[in-house]
Amino acid sequence: MDYFFQQLINGLVLGSIYGLIAIGYTMVYGIVGMINFAHGDIFMIGGFIALITFLILVSIGMTMVPVILLLVLLVAMAVTALYGWTVERIAYRPLRQSFRLAPMLSAIGMSFVLSNFAQVSQGARVKPVPPIITGGYTLHDSGNFAVQLSNVQIVVVVTTIVLLAAFTYIVSRTRFGRDMRACEQDQTMAALLGVDVDRTISMTFVIGAALAAVAGMMYLLYYGLVDFFMGFIAGIKAFTAAVLGGIGSLPGAMLGGLAIGLIETFWSAYFSVEYKDVAAFSILIIVLIFMPTGLLGRPEVEKV
Amino acid sequence: MTTPAPILAIDGLTMRFGGILAINELSFTAQRRQITALIGPNGAGKTTVFNCITGFYRPSGGTMTLVHDDGATFRLDRLHDFRICKYAKVARTFQNIRLFPGMTALENLMVAQHNTLMRASGFSLLGLFGAPSFRAAERQAIDLAREWLQRIGLLDRADDAAGNLPYGDQRRLEIARAMCAQPALLCLDEPAAGLNANESAALSDLLLSIRDDIGTSILLIEHDMSVVMEISDHIVVLDHGVKIADGAPRAVRDNPKVVAAYLGADEEDAAAVMEGGA
Amino acid sequence: MAAPASYPASAEPTAGFAFILKKAVISALVALVLFFLMIGIRTEAGSSGQLIYWTRFGELASIVGAVFVGSIVIELLRRWIGPVGGVELPASVRGGFAVLGRLLAPALLIFALLVPVIFYNQRYLLDLAILVMTYVMLGWGLNIVVGLAGLLDLGYVAFYAVGAYSYALLAQSGLPFPHFIDTYPYVALDFLQLGQWAFWVLLPVSGLLAALWGVILGFPVLRLRGDYLAIVTLAFGEIIRLVILNWQDLTGGPNGISGIPRPTVFGIPLTPGENGFAAMIGVPFSPTHRLVFLFYLILALALITNWVTIRLRRLPIGRAWEAMREDEVACRALGINITTTKLSAFAIGAMFGGFAGAFFATRQGFISPESFSFQESALVLAIVVLGGMGSQLGVALAAIAMIGGFELFRGLDQFRMLVFGGVMVLLMIWRPRGLIGHRAPTVFLQKRTEISASLVKEGHG
Repeated sequence: MDYFFQQLINGLVLGSIYGLIAIGYTMVYGIVGMINFAHGDIFMIGGFIALITFLILVSIGMTMVPVILLLVLLVAMAVTALYGWTVERIAYRPLRQSFRLAPMLSAIGMSFVLSNFAQVSQGARVKPVPPIITGGYTLHDSGNFAVQLSNVQIVVVVTTIVLLAAFTYIVSRTRFGRDMRACEQDQTMAALLGVDVDRTISMTFVIGAALAAVAGMMYLLYYGLVDFFMGFIAGIKAFTAAVLGGIGSLPGAMLGGLAIGLIETFWSAYFSVEYKDVAAFSILIIVLIFMPTGLLGRPEVEKV
Repeated sequence: MTTPAPILAIDGLTMRFGGILAINELSFTAQRRQITALIGPNGAGKTTVFNCITGFYRPSGGTMTLVHDDGATFRLDRLHDFRICKYAKVARTFQNIRLFPGMTALENLMVAQHNTLMRASGFSLLGLFGAPSFRAAERQAIDLAREWLQRIGLLDRADDAAGNLPYGDQRRLEIARAMCAQPALLCLDEPAAGLNANESAALSDLLLSIRDDIGTSILLIEHDMSVVMEISDHIVVLDHGVKIADGAPRAVRDNPKVVAAYLGADEEDAAAVMEGGA
Repeated sequence: MAAPASYPASAEPTAGFAFILKKAVISALVALVLFFLMIGIRTEAGSSGQLIYWTRFGELASIVGAVFVGSIVIELLRRWIGPVGGVELPASVRGGFAVLGRLLAPALLIFALLVPVIFYNQRYLLDLAILVMTYVMLGWGLNIVVGLAGLLDLGYVAFYAVGAYSYALLAQSGLPFPHFIDTYPYVALDFLQLGQWAFWVLLPVSGLLAALWGVILGFPVLRLRGDYLAIVTLAFGEIIRLVILNWQDLTGGPNGISGIPRPTVFGIPLTPGENGFAAMIGVPFSPTHRLVFLFYLILALALITNWVTIRLRRLPIGRAWEAMREDEVACRALGINITTTKLSAFAIGAMFGGFAGAFFATRQGFISPESFSFQESALVLAIVVLGGMGSQLGVALAAIAMIGGFELFRGLDQFRMLVFGGVMVLLMIWRPRGLIGHRAPTVFLQKRTEISASLVKEGHG
């Protein structure tokens, strides 16, 4: 039972990270109707930016952990957001009115560019960092197994919740959020009504990338390492989460992320670590086949 | 002479979408070698009836029985999807034209003969090595297509992409494509929509010739009352998923319930009903 | 898909040099922010595991400078040439291209037949030609699924892997399951007794197994459309790779399978010695013989793929594939069984992938999961899309350009994938509909008129 609770905690933490990435997929899919294949690599870039910023801050003699974390978070979000903006500007905007396959291949190309850019500029080896946030609480100790809740896990979950709240506010209450939902419904009409469609789409990519950067930083804190190849698998799993939650739905993306995190953790804990990715992909397939609208998605009626 | 069985008998057809009752206990018959028109204000459920008949929706209740000339009987409510066209021989057109725009007019008509050709090609194996029997079948299929292109006056545009044809030609090509499937019952969803007066007149002639020369029964949804009144043998009026009138064109036109339904919906439509075909 | 006319295409007709400069400065600033940390600072795990870093501001400055200059150059080029893709060639020029196009295919075929003669002494080029032909074949195979049937398949490499592993496992150990061999020794022995004929018997077997997998994978995804289909096929491809990677008892896991039997000239091995092919025809043995033989083998396989595709396109099944790509609903209304039509496209495409996989295994003599990554699927898909979906000639040209171009950058080593990704993006922006952007009708009454790509649909599934 204790083992179960420990896995539950681990799964929720992993799920928060997937959920943050999934929001980027779901937003972009909602507004431009394409799978942003490069989004997983944006997450990876976010992890690298966080790592480098952290390294610099420590080496110039900063010691206050909360300040360091806040600065790293802000820098990572800002720089990664610019990556998101640039990718949209270069690879997707020229193809917005194009055929369906062209933006998809362009996105796959961009994903190769980003992951190999990281490899070329930072080397192929895994980059480890020492634990930044240490300590934790023992929730329950039955003698042979103790349920641990580490401070890192608390930070990850709290950050996720705070950002999610802020983000929900932006989408539901601000002018940008309204523009975004208008563009999702009908871009031509939105443009006629004075919505700057280009800017709204750009902003969508920027916000998605910023959240992916947070996920990258949380990944770095939690696992203590980044590498150039981590974006691909994480990206597919986050996309799975977005679909599972119902693509286009923001709470759905978070819910889907948690579900995928839990499934992966429990699968690894009780069945086999080697096949954990197979489990995640199988779930993707099963969900798409049997409930293509996901948990919170809108059902689609076939028009004849 | 005994009266032949109706080609299509619909009995108690009901279609529910979630909590919405789109069609409620609809019953009517379409007679063999006749043109039966299905009319009604927008949103009356006409296209839903079509989608049930042609297998795109599975009705929530009721029966639909189709009887071929040779007596073969099909329960359309039990068949589904492509089987309705393949076995029961019901072909249709769509309200918003659904041609294969990147294929030529001729290719469109060839696709319609898929099942015949597929058998002739020995499910591709004979065809792959160019068996003479398949070549003969293909020549026949091209001849049929040519005949229909001739009928609709598009023979000289046979090799142009369907998406490049003018709107009126696309409408007629879609009818020809449905006819190339050699149907027993042809369902046309607003074939005159967007046509000018001349084109509408030509369409009426085409439909009459399909009825009289080929002997195909037609079920027609149409808003253009001049077309409906001119060519229909029988009219069924739907409103809010319920049948409100059923009879010969003249009787339907004078039916106060029909006038009221159209008046309630739209005055112009009502005026069209009153004057159409007179 | 995005709605039309939502943004004005380059609304700066009269802006002068000041504008160009401003744009270049902004680009350079963006580049500075993007690259300051990623390029300006280099991190590495130090000797004792702790992280160290050093600065590379020189490289950073040169890259930002390059972006600045590049931005100016691009902007100037755009003024001179006009907006990308907006140029419609005059009819006479297009006519000339059409003539050239008709001559191009036979010319390419003749050249392909002569490749081993021309490059007999250049093993490297022969090897490259074999590689290019493998991708031409894969491109043609995938073209059936993506180009004709309009089904977006991002996991094509799975069938390539199934073909390769089927051949490797069957040829090496008869049947892969030891207990199966114990129970039915005669079956296993039959496989092992094939000897020099192993390749020729197992090639069709591998193709059929791949086709079977095509149906198995195709069946559940029938209802899916567009992007969902793409992501599910991608997941299938990854699952197959992960299973190969982790099922060590069967596949050798990451170590792969080595010692896969080499192909024979219909039973005659290409080895030195008495029974070898060289001795049979009375010429001194040379290892190049095998390369030449492999080249003609893959050329033949690719041409079979091409021939079958061209024939199928003119049969009802091929027309149903294209009609399905154009409008699935209309197909159903015309009595076409969408399920079998989709499955047949999946199965036939997978079969050719399986043939190519078996060829790959016999050519390399060694296979491992590394050769079957998502990047391979993306590469083959890029070949199909760049070729112009549905065009056989376009796919061949795209394969030559992509694989040849990829080889040109071999010297760049680690920059290769970076450049490859960048080129993919640029090619899509330059020609979203591919090199050959029109469709030839499958049947005609008076004359064959090419159909502009703007009318041809891409399919929904």
